[in-house]
Amino acid sequence: MALRTEELILNMGPQHPSTHGVLRMVVTLEGENVVDVQPDIGYLHSSVEKMMEYRTYIQSISLADRGMDYLAALANEMALLRAVETLGKIETPTRAQWLRTMFLEFQRIASHLVWLGTWGIDIGATTVFLWCFREREKVIDLFEKSTGGRLHYVYFRPGGVYEDIPDGWLQQALAFCDDFEQRLVEYDELLTANPIFEVRTKGIGVLPRATATNLGASGPVARASGVAFDVRKAFPYEKYAEVEFDIPVREEGDCFARYMVRMEEMRQSVRIVRQCVEKLPPGEIRAKVPITLRLPKGEVYTRTESPRGDLGVYLVSDGGETPYRVKIRAPAFSNLFALSEMMRGWKVADVIAILGSIDIVLADVDR
Amino acid sequence: MPETPETVPPNGRAPGRDQSLRSSTVAPVDRLVEVVDALPGGSVILTTVEHVLNWGRASSLWPLSFGLACCAIEMMAAGAGRFDLDRIGVFFRGTPRQADLIIVAGRATIKIAPIVRRLWEQMPEPKYVISMGSCATCGGPFYYDNYSILKGIDTVIPVDVYVPGCPPRPEALYEGVLKLQEKIKKEPFLRRRAGVATPA
Repeated sequence: MALRTEELILNMGPQHPSTHGVLRMVVTLEGENVVDVQPDIGYLHSSVEKMMEYRTYIQSISLADRGMDYLAALANEMALLRAVETLGKIETPTRAQWLRTMFLEFQRIASHLVWLGTWGIDIGATTVFLWCFREREKVIDLFEKSTGGRLHYVYFRPGGVYEDIPDGWLQQALAFCDDFEQRLVEYDELLTANPIFEVRTKGIGVLPRATATNLGASGPVARASGVAFDVRKAFPYEKYAEVEFDIPVREEGDCFARYMVRMEEMRQSVRIVRQCVEKLPPGEIRAKVPITLRLPKGEVYTRTESPRGDLGVYLVSDGGETPYRVKIRAPAFSNLFALSEMMRGWKVADVIAILGSIDIVLADVDR
Repeated sequence: MPETPETVPPNGRAPGRDQSLRSSTVAPVDRLVEVVDALPGGSVILTTVEHVLNWGRASSLWPLSFGLACCAIEMMAAGAGRFDLDRIGVFFRGTPRQADLIIVAGRATIKIAPIVRRLWEQMPEPKYVISMGSCATCGGPFYYDNYSILKGIDTVIPVDVYVPGCPPRPEALYEGVLKLQEKIKKEPFLRRRAGVATPA
Protein backbone atom coordinates (compact mmCIF):
# COMPACT_ATOMS: atom_id res chain seq x y z
CA MET A 1 0.00 0.00 0.00
CA ALA A 2 1.48 3.26 -1.09
CA LEU A 3 1.90 5.97 1.46
CA ARG A 4 -0.59 8.71 0.84
CA THR A 5 0.89 12.17 0.89
CA GLU A 6 -0.83 15.49 0.72
CA GLU A 7 0.12 18.10 -1.77
CA LEU A 8 2.06 20.99 -0.30
CA ILE A 9 1.93 24.45 -1.78
CA LEU A 10 5.24 26.21 -1.37
CA ASN A 11 5.70 29.89 -2.00
CA MET A 12 9.08 30.85 -3.44
CA GLY A 13 9.92 34.48 -3.64
CA PRO A 14 9.60 37.36 -4.33
CA GLN A 15 12.46 37.62 -1.87
CA HIS A 16 14.60 34.62 -2.61
CA PRO A 17 18.31 34.81 -3.35
CA SER A 18 17.91 32.60 -6.41
CA THR A 19 14.89 34.06 -8.14
CA HIS A 20 17.08 36.61 -9.98
CA GLY A 21 14.99 39.51 -8.94
CA VAL A 22 11.44 39.50 -7.77
CA LEU A 23 9.80 36.48 -9.37
CA ARG A 24 7.30 34.65 -7.20
CA MET A 25 6.66 30.99 -7.87
CA VAL A 26 3.81 29.02 -6.38
CA VAL A 27 5.21 25.50 -6.35
CA THR A 28 2.89 22.57 -5.73
CA LEU A 29 4.81 19.69 -4.23
CA GLU A 30 3.98 16.10 -3.56
CA GLY A 31 6.64 14.96 -1.21
CA GLU A 32 9.76 16.22 -2.87
CA ASN A 33 8.42 16.12 -6.40
CA VAL A 34 7.20 19.18 -8.22
CA VAL A 35 3.64 18.76 -9.44
CA ASP A 36 3.11 22.23 -10.80
CA VAL A 37 4.71 25.65 -10.87
CA GLN A 38 2.82 28.89 -11.34
CA PRO A 39 4.99 31.95 -11.79
CA ASP A 40 3.55 35.16 -10.40
CA ILE A 41 4.97 38.17 -12.17
CA GLY A 42 4.43 41.90 -12.06
CA TYR A 43 6.52 42.78 -9.04
CA LEU A 44 8.75 44.93 -11.23
CA HIS A 45 6.20 46.31 -13.65
CA SER A 46 7.58 49.74 -14.47
CA SER A 47 5.09 50.75 -17.19
CA VAL A 48 7.83 51.72 -19.66
CA GLU A 49 5.61 51.08 -22.65
CA LYS A 50 3.16 53.67 -21.37
CA MET A 51 5.94 56.08 -20.39
CA MET A 52 7.43 55.93 -23.88
CA GLU A 53 4.20 57.38 -25.24
CA TYR A 54 5.06 60.58 -23.38
CA ARG A 55 8.76 60.65 -24.31
CA THR A 56 10.49 61.65 -27.51
CA TYR A 57 12.40 58.91 -29.28
CA ILE A 58 15.75 60.02 -27.87
CA GLN A 59 14.32 60.20 -24.35
CA SER A 60 12.89 56.71 -24.79
CA ILE A 61 16.40 55.29 -25.20
CA SER A 62 17.26 55.92 -21.58
CA LEU A 63 13.98 54.32 -20.59
CA ALA A 64 14.75 51.28 -22.73
CA ASP A 65 18.03 50.92 -20.80
CA ARG A 66 16.38 50.90 -17.43
CA GLY A 67 12.87 49.67 -17.93
CA MET A 68 13.68 46.63 -20.03
CA ASP A 69 16.35 43.99 -19.68
CA TYR A 70 18.91 45.87 -17.57
CA LEU A 71 21.62 43.26 -17.99
CA ALA A 72 21.82 44.03 -21.70
CA ALA A 73 21.04 47.72 -21.98
CA LEU A 74 22.63 48.11 -25.41
CA ALA A 75 20.50 45.28 -26.82
CA ASN A 76 17.40 47.19 -25.72
CA GLU A 77 18.66 50.38 -27.33
CA MET A 78 19.29 48.46 -30.51
CA ALA A 79 15.81 46.93 -30.46
CA LEU A 80 14.13 50.30 -30.03
CA LEU A 81 16.34 52.09 -32.52
CA ARG A 82 15.93 49.42 -35.13
CA ALA A 83 12.22 50.09 -35.08
CA VAL A 84 12.73 53.85 -35.11
CA GLU A 85 15.26 53.73 -37.94
CA THR A 86 13.20 51.31 -40.01
CA LEU A 87 10.10 53.44 -39.74
CA GLY A 88 11.95 56.71 -40.25
CA LYS A 89 14.13 55.26 -43.02
CA ILE A 90 17.24 56.59 -41.29
CA GLU A 91 20.55 55.41 -42.72
CA THR A 92 23.39 54.90 -40.29
CA PRO A 93 27.03 55.37 -41.36
CA THR A 94 29.07 52.22 -41.87
CA ARG A 95 31.42 52.91 -38.98
CA ALA A 96 28.50 53.32 -36.61
CA GLN A 97 27.07 50.00 -37.74
CA TRP A 98 30.35 48.23 -37.06
CA LEU A 99 30.65 49.92 -33.68
CA ARG A 100 27.12 48.86 -32.82
CA THR A 101 27.77 45.26 -33.79
CA MET A 102 30.92 45.20 -31.68
CA PHE A 103 29.25 46.74 -28.65
CA LEU A 104 26.28 44.41 -28.91
CA GLU A 105 28.58 41.42 -28.77
CA PHE A 106 30.46 42.84 -25.80
CA GLN A 107 27.08 43.33 -24.18
CA ARG A 108 26.23 39.70 -24.86
CA ILE A 109 29.44 38.61 -23.14
CA ALA A 110 28.73 40.83 -20.12
CA SER A 111 25.16 39.59 -19.85
CA HIS A 112 26.08 35.92 -20.16
CA LEU A 113 28.79 36.40 -17.54
CA VAL A 114 26.26 37.70 -15.04
CA TRP A 115 24.03 34.77 -15.87
CA LEU A 116 26.83 32.25 -15.40
CA GLY A 117 27.97 33.81 -12.15
CA THR A 118 24.55 33.98 -10.55
CA TRP A 119 23.60 30.54 -11.77
CA GLY A 120 26.82 29.26 -10.27
CA ILE A 121 25.80 30.67 -6.90
CA ASP A 122 22.35 29.13 -7.28
CA ILE A 123 23.73 25.64 -7.68
CA GLY A 124 26.41 26.09 -5.07
CA ALA A 125 29.57 27.28 -6.83
CA THR A 126 30.57 30.70 -5.49
CA THR A 127 33.90 30.66 -7.31
CA VAL A 128 32.14 31.02 -10.65
CA PHE A 129 30.45 34.19 -9.48
CA LEU A 130 33.72 35.81 -8.45
CA TRP A 131 35.47 34.76 -11.65
CA CYS A 132 32.67 35.91 -13.92
CA PHE A 133 32.39 39.29 -12.29
CA ARG A 134 36.16 39.72 -12.58
CA GLU A 135 35.84 39.37 -16.37
CA ARG A 136 32.66 41.38 -16.48
CA GLU A 137 34.38 44.32 -14.85
CA LYS A 138 36.82 44.36 -17.74
CA VAL A 139 33.98 44.56 -20.25
CA ILE A 140 32.36 47.27 -18.15
CA ASP A 141 35.66 49.18 -18.17
CA LEU A 142 35.66 49.08 -21.95
CA PHE A 143 32.08 50.34 -21.99
CA GLU A 144 32.86 53.03 -19.48
CA LYS A 145 35.76 54.35 -21.53
CA SER A 146 33.66 54.80 -24.63
CA THR A 147 30.15 55.46 -23.31
CA GLY A 148 30.71 56.82 -19.81
CA GLY A 149 28.30 54.42 -18.15
CA ARG A 150 28.71 51.17 -16.30
CA LEU A 151 25.25 49.75 -16.67
CA HIS A 152 23.05 52.20 -18.56
CA TYR A 153 24.84 53.64 -21.55
CA VAL A 154 22.43 55.58 -23.80
CA TYR A 155 25.13 55.10 -26.40
CA PHE A 156 23.14 54.27 -29.52
CA ARG A 157 21.26 57.21 -30.98
CA PRO A 158 18.99 57.46 -33.99
CA GLY A 159 21.34 57.43 -36.96
CA GLY A 160 24.48 56.19 -35.24
CA VAL A 161 26.24 56.20 -31.91
CA TYR A 162 26.79 59.03 -29.47
CA GLU A 163 30.56 59.23 -29.48
CA ASP A 164 33.52 57.63 -31.19
CA ILE A 165 35.70 55.24 -29.28
CA PRO A 166 38.77 56.79 -27.61
CA ASP A 167 42.34 56.20 -28.76
CA GLY A 168 43.79 52.86 -27.82
CA TRP A 169 40.36 51.39 -27.16
CA LEU A 170 40.64 48.79 -29.90
CA GLN A 171 43.92 47.49 -28.53
CA GLN A 172 42.33 47.11 -25.12
CA ALA A 173 39.38 45.33 -26.68
CA LEU A 174 41.69 42.90 -28.45
CA ALA A 175 43.67 42.38 -25.26
CA PHE A 176 40.44 41.54 -23.51
CA CYS A 177 39.54 39.05 -26.25
CA ASP A 178 42.90 37.28 -25.88
CA ASP A 179 42.52 37.16 -22.12
CA PHE A 180 38.88 36.14 -22.18
CA GLU A 181 39.41 33.14 -24.45
CA GLN A 182 41.79 31.70 -21.87
CA ARG A 183 39.34 32.48 -19.09
CA LEU A 184 36.65 30.55 -20.94
CA VAL A 185 38.94 27.53 -20.90
CA GLU A 186 39.24 28.00 -17.15
CA TYR A 187 35.46 28.07 -16.78
CA ASP A 188 35.30 24.90 -18.81
CA GLU A 189 37.78 23.24 -16.51
CA LEU A 190 35.86 24.46 -13.50
CA LEU A 191 32.37 23.48 -14.62
CA THR A 192 32.00 21.45 -17.79
CA ALA A 193 33.88 18.42 -16.54
CA ASN A 194 32.86 18.90 -12.93
CA PRO A 195 30.94 15.80 -11.76
CA ILE A 196 28.88 17.76 -9.21
CA PHE A 197 27.89 20.27 -11.86
CA GLU A 198 26.98 17.46 -14.25
CA VAL A 199 24.76 15.78 -11.70
CA ARG A 200 22.98 19.05 -11.00
CA THR A 201 22.42 19.94 -14.66
CA LYS A 202 22.64 16.99 -17.07
CA GLY A 203 19.24 15.64 -17.99
CA ILE A 204 17.54 18.13 -15.64
CA GLY A 205 14.65 20.27 -16.82
CA VAL A 206 14.34 18.91 -20.32
CA LEU A 207 12.41 21.11 -22.72
CA PRO A 208 11.42 19.18 -25.86
CA ARG A 209 11.84 20.90 -29.17
CA ALA A 210 8.13 20.91 -30.01
CA THR A 211 7.20 22.41 -26.65
CA ALA A 212 9.86 25.07 -27.02
CA THR A 213 8.53 26.23 -30.36
CA ASN A 214 4.89 25.99 -29.29
CA LEU A 215 5.49 28.12 -26.23
CA GLY A 216 7.41 30.74 -28.16
CA ALA A 217 10.74 30.18 -26.46
CA SER A 218 13.67 31.84 -28.16
CA GLY A 219 17.32 32.55 -27.73
CA PRO A 220 19.64 30.13 -25.95
CA VAL A 221 16.68 28.33 -24.34
CA ALA A 222 15.26 27.36 -27.72
CA ARG A 223 18.66 26.71 -29.28
CA ALA A 224 19.48 24.28 -26.49
CA SER A 225 16.34 22.36 -27.48
CA GLY A 226 17.40 22.02 -31.08
CA VAL A 227 15.75 25.07 -32.62
CA ALA A 228 18.42 26.49 -34.90
CA PHE A 229 17.05 30.02 -34.99
CA ASP A 230 18.90 33.21 -34.35
CA VAL A 231 17.66 36.61 -35.49
CA ARG A 232 21.23 37.65 -36.23
CA LYS A 233 21.36 34.95 -38.92
CA ALA A 234 17.75 34.82 -40.02
CA PHE A 235 17.08 38.57 -40.27
CA PRO A 236 20.52 40.18 -40.11
CA TYR A 237 20.71 43.74 -38.87
CA GLU A 238 23.65 46.13 -38.61
CA LYS A 239 26.70 44.20 -39.84
CA TYR A 240 25.79 40.69 -38.77
CA ALA A 241 25.49 39.64 -42.40
CA GLU A 242 29.13 40.51 -42.99
CA VAL A 243 30.72 38.68 -40.08
CA GLU A 244 31.27 34.97 -39.76
CA PHE A 245 29.91 33.23 -36.73
CA ASP A 246 28.20 29.99 -35.84
CA ILE A 247 24.93 29.46 -34.04
CA PRO A 248 25.48 26.89 -31.32
CA VAL A 249 22.65 24.38 -31.21
CA ARG A 250 22.22 21.45 -28.84
CA GLU A 251 19.62 18.73 -29.05
CA GLU A 252 19.33 17.68 -25.39
CA GLY A 253 17.20 20.56 -24.11
CA ASP A 254 18.39 20.21 -20.53
CA CYS A 255 20.11 22.68 -18.19
CA PHE A 256 23.54 21.49 -19.29
CA ALA A 257 22.70 22.12 -22.94
CA ARG A 258 21.59 25.65 -22.12
CA TYR A 259 24.86 26.17 -20.31
CA MET A 260 26.87 24.82 -23.24
CA VAL A 261 24.99 26.99 -25.73
CA ARG A 262 25.71 30.15 -23.77
CA MET A 263 29.37 29.25 -23.29
CA GLU A 264 29.70 28.72 -27.03
CA GLU A 265 27.86 32.00 -27.70
CA MET A 266 30.46 33.84 -25.66
CA ARG A 267 33.19 32.28 -27.81
CA GLN A 268 31.34 33.29 -30.95
CA SER A 269 30.92 36.81 -29.59
CA VAL A 270 34.69 37.07 -29.16
CA ARG A 271 35.01 35.91 -32.74
CA ILE A 272 32.60 38.60 -33.96
CA VAL A 273 34.37 41.29 -31.93
CA ARG A 274 37.70 40.37 -33.53
CA GLN A 275 36.21 40.67 -37.00
CA CYS A 276 34.62 44.01 -36.12
CA VAL A 277 37.95 45.37 -34.88
CA GLU A 278 39.58 44.21 -38.08
CA LYS A 279 36.96 45.62 -40.42
CA LEU A 280 36.14 48.84 -38.55
CA PRO A 281 36.39 51.61 -41.16
CA PRO A 282 37.13 55.27 -40.45
CA GLY A 283 34.44 57.81 -41.08
CA GLU A 284 31.30 59.35 -39.69
CA ILE A 285 29.66 57.84 -36.64
CA ARG A 286 26.31 59.59 -36.72
CA ALA A 287 23.97 60.63 -39.47
CA LYS A 288 22.38 64.05 -39.32
CA VAL A 289 19.13 63.43 -37.51
CA PRO A 290 17.12 66.22 -35.89
CA ILE A 291 16.93 66.15 -32.10
CA THR A 292 13.15 66.33 -32.16
CA LEU A 293 12.71 63.42 -34.45
CA ARG A 294 9.31 63.04 -36.10
CA LEU A 295 8.61 59.69 -37.65
CA PRO A 296 6.14 59.35 -40.52
CA LYS A 297 2.71 57.98 -39.78
CA GLY A 298 2.75 54.21 -39.77
CA GLU A 299 3.64 51.12 -37.84
CA VAL A 300 6.55 48.69 -37.83
CA TYR A 301 7.62 45.52 -36.08
CA THR A 302 11.32 44.76 -35.89
CA ARG A 303 13.20 42.08 -34.09
CA THR A 304 16.71 41.78 -32.73
CA GLU A 305 18.59 39.07 -30.92
CA SER A 306 19.15 40.12 -27.33
CA PRO A 307 21.23 37.86 -25.06
CA ARG A 308 17.94 36.36 -23.88
CA GLY A 309 16.42 35.77 -27.27
CA ASP A 310 14.13 37.31 -29.82
CA LEU A 311 13.50 40.88 -28.70
CA GLY A 312 10.86 42.57 -30.81
CA VAL A 313 9.52 46.10 -30.80
CA TYR A 314 6.20 47.06 -32.33
CA LEU A 315 6.12 50.79 -32.90
CA VAL A 316 3.14 52.83 -34.02
CA SER A 317 3.67 56.45 -34.95
CA ASP A 318 1.00 59.05 -35.63
CA GLY A 319 3.48 61.49 -37.05
CA GLY A 320 4.22 63.26 -33.79
CA GLU A 321 7.32 63.68 -31.69
CA THR A 322 6.43 60.75 -29.49
CA PRO A 323 5.37 57.24 -30.42
CA TYR A 324 1.68 56.50 -30.39
CA ARG A 325 2.26 53.04 -28.99
CA VAL A 326 5.27 50.88 -28.23
CA LYS A 327 4.88 47.19 -27.57
CA ILE A 328 7.88 45.22 -26.50
CA ARG A 329 8.02 41.51 -27.16
CA ALA A 330 10.31 40.45 -24.35
CA PRO A 331 12.22 37.20 -24.70
CA ALA A 332 12.44 36.52 -20.98
CA PHE A 333 8.65 36.78 -20.73
CA SER A 334 8.11 34.23 -23.48
CA ASN A 335 10.75 31.92 -22.08
CA LEU A 336 8.96 32.03 -18.75
CA PHE A 337 6.03 30.14 -20.29
CA ALA A 338 8.27 27.12 -20.59
CA LEU A 339 9.03 27.23 -16.87
CA SER A 340 6.26 25.01 -15.58
CA GLU A 341 6.76 22.57 -18.49
CA MET A 342 10.43 22.24 -17.59
CA MET A 343 9.94 21.89 -13.85
CA ARG A 344 7.07 19.43 -13.72
CA GLY A 345 8.21 16.12 -12.30
CA TRP A 346 11.58 17.25 -10.99
CA LYS A 347 12.68 17.51 -7.39
CA VAL A 348 12.33 20.71 -5.43
CA ALA A 349 16.11 21.18 -5.44
CA ASP A 350 16.10 21.24 -9.23
CA VAL A 351 13.68 24.16 -9.32
CA ILE A 352 16.49 26.61 -8.69
CA ALA A 353 18.81 25.01 -11.24
CA ILE A 354 16.09 25.10 -13.92
CA LEU A 355 14.98 28.64 -13.14
CA GLY A 356 18.56 29.87 -13.31
CA SER A 357 19.20 28.08 -16.58
CA ILE A 358 16.57 30.06 -18.52
CA ASP A 359 18.37 33.31 -17.63
CA ILE A 360 15.45 35.31 -16.42
CA VAL A 361 15.56 39.05 -15.91
CA LEU A 362 12.48 40.32 -14.23
CA ALA A 363 12.65 43.80 -15.72
CA ASP A 364 12.40 42.14 -19.12
CA VAL A 365 9.45 40.03 -18.00
CA ASP A 366 7.44 42.79 -16.36
CA ARG A 367 8.66 45.87 -18.24
CA MET B 1 -4.00 46.93 -2.92
CA PRO B 2 -0.94 47.63 -0.77
CA GLU B 3 -1.49 47.87 2.92
CA THR B 4 -1.32 51.40 4.22
CA PRO B 5 2.00 51.61 6.05
CA GLU B 6 1.77 52.59 9.68
CA THR B 7 3.23 55.92 10.58
CA VAL B 8 6.89 55.68 11.45
CA PRO B 9 8.23 57.88 14.27
CA PRO B 10 11.02 60.25 13.28
CA ASN B 11 13.66 58.25 15.11
CA GLY B 12 12.99 55.47 12.64
CA ARG B 13 12.39 52.63 15.06
CA ALA B 14 9.55 50.16 14.74
CA PRO B 15 6.23 51.61 15.81
CA GLY B 16 3.68 50.14 18.12
CA ARG B 17 5.97 47.80 20.03
CA ASP B 18 4.17 46.02 22.88
CA GLN B 19 6.17 47.10 25.92
CA SER B 20 4.98 44.31 28.24
CA LEU B 21 6.07 41.64 25.78
CA ARG B 22 9.38 43.33 25.28
CA SER B 23 10.31 43.66 28.94
CA SER B 24 9.75 39.96 29.50
CA THR B 25 12.39 39.02 26.92
CA VAL B 26 15.14 41.61 27.22
CA ALA B 27 14.55 42.96 30.68
CA PRO B 28 17.81 41.76 32.37
CA VAL B 29 20.03 43.81 30.05
CA ASP B 30 17.80 46.82 30.16
CA ARG B 31 17.52 46.70 33.95
CA LEU B 32 21.32 46.47 34.20
CA VAL B 33 21.61 49.55 32.01
CA GLU B 34 19.20 51.40 34.29
CA VAL B 35 21.16 50.38 37.43
CA VAL B 36 24.55 51.27 35.98
CA ASP B 37 23.26 54.57 34.66
CA ALA B 38 22.10 55.52 38.17
CA LEU B 39 25.56 54.86 39.69
CA PRO B 40 28.00 57.77 40.02
CA GLY B 41 30.17 57.70 36.93
CA GLY B 42 27.93 55.03 35.46
CA SER B 43 27.22 56.86 32.24
CA VAL B 44 30.93 56.91 31.47
CA ILE B 45 31.00 53.13 31.76
CA LEU B 46 27.90 52.85 29.61
CA THR B 47 29.39 55.07 26.95
CA THR B 48 32.51 52.94 26.85
CA VAL B 49 30.53 49.73 26.62
CA GLU B 50 28.36 51.23 23.91
CA HIS B 51 31.43 52.37 22.04
CA VAL B 52 32.82 48.83 21.96
CA LEU B 53 29.47 47.30 21.02
CA ASN B 54 28.89 49.88 18.31
CA TRP B 55 32.31 49.22 16.85
CA GLY B 56 31.38 45.58 16.57
CA ARG B 57 27.95 46.28 15.12
CA ALA B 58 29.23 48.76 12.59
CA SER B 59 32.03 46.48 11.45
CA SER B 60 29.81 43.51 10.71
CA LEU B 61 26.78 44.81 8.87
CA TRP B 62 24.92 41.91 7.32
CA PRO B 63 22.61 43.09 4.57
CA LEU B 64 19.74 41.10 3.20
CA SER B 65 20.50 39.92 -0.32
CA PHE B 66 17.39 41.40 -1.86
CA GLY B 67 17.74 42.97 -5.27
CA LEU B 68 14.87 44.70 -6.99
CA ALA B 69 16.21 46.01 -10.28
CA CYS B 70 19.30 47.33 -12.03
CA CYS B 71 20.94 48.62 -8.84
CA ALA B 72 21.08 45.03 -7.63
CA ILE B 73 23.60 44.31 -10.38
CA GLU B 74 25.82 47.08 -9.07
CA MET B 75 25.23 45.76 -5.56
CA MET B 76 26.42 42.35 -6.77
CA ALA B 77 29.41 43.98 -8.44
CA ALA B 78 30.19 45.72 -5.16
CA GLY B 79 30.07 42.35 -3.43
CA ALA B 80 32.25 40.63 -6.04
CA GLY B 81 36.01 40.49 -6.22
CA ARG B 82 36.97 43.91 -7.51
CA PHE B 83 35.17 46.02 -4.93
CA ASP B 84 34.69 43.34 -2.31
CA LEU B 85 32.29 44.61 0.33
CA ASP B 86 33.48 41.78 2.58
CA ARG B 87 36.51 43.88 3.48
CA ILE B 88 34.40 46.23 5.55
CA GLY B 89 32.44 43.42 7.11
CA VAL B 90 29.43 43.50 4.79
CA PHE B 91 28.31 39.97 4.14
CA PHE B 92 25.08 39.19 2.33
CA ARG B 93 22.52 36.96 4.00
CA GLY B 94 19.63 35.18 2.37
CA THR B 95 17.08 35.62 5.10
CA PRO B 96 15.82 38.73 6.90
CA ARG B 97 16.14 36.95 10.26
CA GLN B 98 19.92 37.09 10.04
CA ALA B 99 20.19 40.55 8.52
CA ASP B 100 20.52 43.91 10.18
CA LEU B 101 20.61 46.00 7.02
CA ILE B 102 18.38 46.06 3.98
CA ILE B 103 19.76 47.68 0.83
CA VAL B 104 16.75 48.62 -1.26
CA ALA B 105 18.43 48.31 -4.65
CA GLY B 106 16.20 49.43 -7.44
CA ARG B 107 12.72 50.65 -8.15
CA ALA B 108 9.99 49.35 -5.90
CA THR B 109 6.56 48.90 -7.41
CA ILE B 110 3.32 49.35 -5.56
CA LYS B 111 2.91 45.57 -5.78
CA ILE B 112 6.15 44.84 -3.97
CA ALA B 113 5.88 47.62 -1.37
CA PRO B 114 4.04 45.50 1.24
CA ILE B 115 6.63 42.76 0.78
CA VAL B 116 9.54 45.13 1.37
CA ARG B 117 7.69 46.36 4.44
CA ARG B 118 7.22 42.80 5.70
CA LEU B 119 10.87 41.93 5.09
CA TRP B 120 11.87 44.98 7.09
CA GLU B 121 9.52 43.95 9.88
CA GLN B 122 10.99 40.45 9.92
CA MET B 123 14.49 41.78 10.53
CA PRO B 124 15.58 41.84 14.18
CA GLU B 125 16.35 45.15 15.88
CA PRO B 126 18.57 47.14 15.58
CA LYS B 127 18.10 47.43 11.82
CA TYR B 128 19.04 49.90 9.15
CA VAL B 129 17.97 50.75 5.64
CA ILE B 130 20.06 52.02 2.72
CA SER B 131 18.09 53.36 -0.20
CA MET B 132 20.26 52.67 -3.21
CA GLY B 133 19.68 54.64 -6.38
CA SER B 134 17.32 57.32 -7.53
CA CYS B 135 14.34 54.99 -7.95
CA ALA B 136 14.41 53.76 -4.38
CA THR B 137 15.02 57.28 -3.14
CA CYS B 138 12.33 59.20 -4.98
CA GLY B 139 11.09 57.28 -8.01
CA GLY B 140 13.95 58.49 -10.18
CA PRO B 141 13.36 58.33 -13.92
CA PHE B 142 10.05 56.59 -13.25
CA TYR B 143 8.58 59.57 -11.40
CA TYR B 144 6.47 61.13 -14.13
CA ASP B 145 3.78 59.51 -16.29
CA ASN B 146 3.98 56.33 -14.31
CA TYR B 147 1.29 54.35 -12.57
CA SER B 148 3.18 51.46 -11.02
CA ILE B 149 6.36 52.66 -9.32
CA LEU B 150 6.47 53.81 -5.73
CA LYS B 151 7.74 57.37 -5.40
CA GLY B 152 10.45 56.52 -2.93
CA ILE B 153 10.87 53.58 -0.60
CA ASP B 154 10.81 55.96 2.41
CA THR B 155 7.05 56.06 2.06
CA VAL B 156 7.09 52.45 3.29
CA ILE B 157 10.12 51.96 5.52
CA PRO B 158 12.39 54.46 7.31
CA VAL B 159 15.65 55.08 5.45
CA ASP B 160 18.96 55.79 7.15
CA VAL B 161 21.22 56.52 4.18
CA TYR B 162 20.30 57.56 0.65
CA VAL B 163 22.79 56.71 -2.10
CA PRO B 164 22.21 58.79 -5.24
CA GLY B 165 22.91 57.62 -8.76
CA CYS B 166 21.24 55.76 -11.59
CA PRO B 167 22.60 53.26 -10.81
CA PRO B 168 25.14 54.30 -8.18
CA ARG B 169 28.62 53.02 -8.81
CA PRO B 170 29.88 50.40 -6.37
CA GLU B 171 32.10 53.09 -4.88
CA ALA B 172 28.99 55.13 -4.11
CA LEU B 173 27.44 52.17 -2.33
CA TYR B 174 30.69 51.91 -0.36
CA GLU B 175 30.34 55.52 0.67
CA GLY B 176 26.79 54.83 1.77
CA VAL B 177 27.83 51.88 3.92
CA LEU B 178 30.66 53.91 5.46
CA LYS B 179 28.24 56.74 6.26
CA LEU B 180 25.93 54.23 7.90
CA GLN B 181 28.85 52.91 9.95
CA GLU B 182 29.56 56.44 11.16
CA LYS B 183 25.94 56.77 12.16
CA ILE B 184 25.94 53.47 14.02
CA LYS B 185 29.09 54.36 15.92
CA LYS B 186 27.40 57.42 17.40
CA GLU B 187 24.29 55.60 18.57
CA PRO B 188 23.51 55.31 22.32
CA PHE B 189 21.66 52.12 21.54
CA LEU B 190 21.82 50.42 24.97
CA ARG B 191 20.33 53.43 26.67
CA ARG B 192 17.76 53.91 23.96
CA ARG B 193 16.68 50.30 24.41
CA ALA B 194 16.37 50.69 28.14
CA GLY B 195 14.54 53.99 27.78
CA VAL B 196 17.21 55.87 29.79
CA ALA B 197 17.80 59.50 28.88
CA THR B 198 21.10 59.98 27.09
CA PRO B 199 23.54 62.57 28.44
CA ALA B 200 23.74 65.69 26.35
